[in-house]
Amino acid sequence: MPGMHRNRIISRQRVIQLVSAALCNGYAVGFQKGRIFTGGSKAVCVPVLNCYSCPGALGACPIGALQTALGTKRHFPFYVLGTLMLFGVLLGRAVCGLLCPFGLVQDLLYKLPVPKPRVPRRLDRPARYFKYVVLAVLVVLLPALAVTEAGIASPYFCQYLCPAGTLGGGIPLLLADPMLRQVAGALFRWKVVILVVILAVSAGICRPFCKYLCPLGAFYSVFNRFSFYQMDLDKRKCVDCKQCEKTCPMNVQVTQDINSLECIRCGACKTVCPTGAISSAFK
Amino acid sequence: MRLPPAERTRSALKPTKKALWCLRLGTLAAAFLLIGIGLARGEHLGVLQKAVRICLECIGIG
Repeated sequence: MPGMHRNRIISRQRVIQLVSAALCNGYAVGFQKGRIFTGGSKAVCVPVLNCYSCPGALGACPIGALQTALGTKRHFPFYVLGTLMLFGVLLGRAVCGLLCPFGLVQDLLYKLPVPKPRVPRRLDRPARYFKYVVLAVLVVLLPALAVTEAGIASPYFCQYLCPAGTLGGGIPLLLADPMLRQVAGALFRWKVVILVVILAVSAGICRPFCKYLCPLGAFYSVFNRFSFYQMDLDKRKCVDCKQCEKTCPMNVQVTQDINSLECIRCGACKTVCPTGAISSAFK
Repeated sequence: MRLPPAERTRSALKPTKKALWCLRLGTLAAAFLLIGIGLARGEHLGVLQKAVRICLECIGIG
């Protein structure tokens, strides 16, 4: 029945997000001991932004691995790029909406009962392109070109911007390890400020990091229009009530461009559609 | 009915079903090819080597 999922205590999206977060960070002992997992599964990149220095992480962060390959090994990153393309062509940005643990954190914060200002369209639209700049400059160009005297480059995105690394890796490790606390300085304080700002903004604006800053979202968006997993709008059933567009956390114009580069396939539009005109499937 | 300009552009750029499947399968094949080349070059070991050590830059210390 259309719209029947509205009264569920916990949505299907939330269940998938929680399972994904638990699978990506299943090494619970790491949080207790302040150590990271060192097993063979860390040779595999997870599809989401999940720092490999998180004590619970069982896989490698694709953005961190991409920067390392470009900055240290100085070669074309076949393995990481192939992995990202695989997830991209299968799921598109469903990775962001359904699998990403940092997306889950932002979604939960958006549930807080605080004012929800709407970002003016003239600001919102150009700001959406900023994530592509982050991908090009911080993840690809700087690690590939700005090499130190030692012949290696820093993972610039991880070092200066990534809030997932601070939340999942930095804070738990510093809490558990007094030695690390002693060496944490200005850079750590900078990263905590970035994290706090993003988390604070997430309470009022839905998924600001995904909308404006995430390089992984920028990469996956390229695949959104032709990935195997697609959203579909049956125009014969649509009554043009625009409930879907009012509900969409990414402000997608669902009735005009349902597989927009910004659609994270969270299924919010599908849930509120009174006629069941919206569906999503592998096709 | 005349469509708005943005929708007209989208409709014009919308690939046919055949082109869509070619694009999908081509990308999928390219992804597997890249992964295969990467594995043959031992790139996964580089990923493992980085991921099993605490990345001080990533957590804001290095």
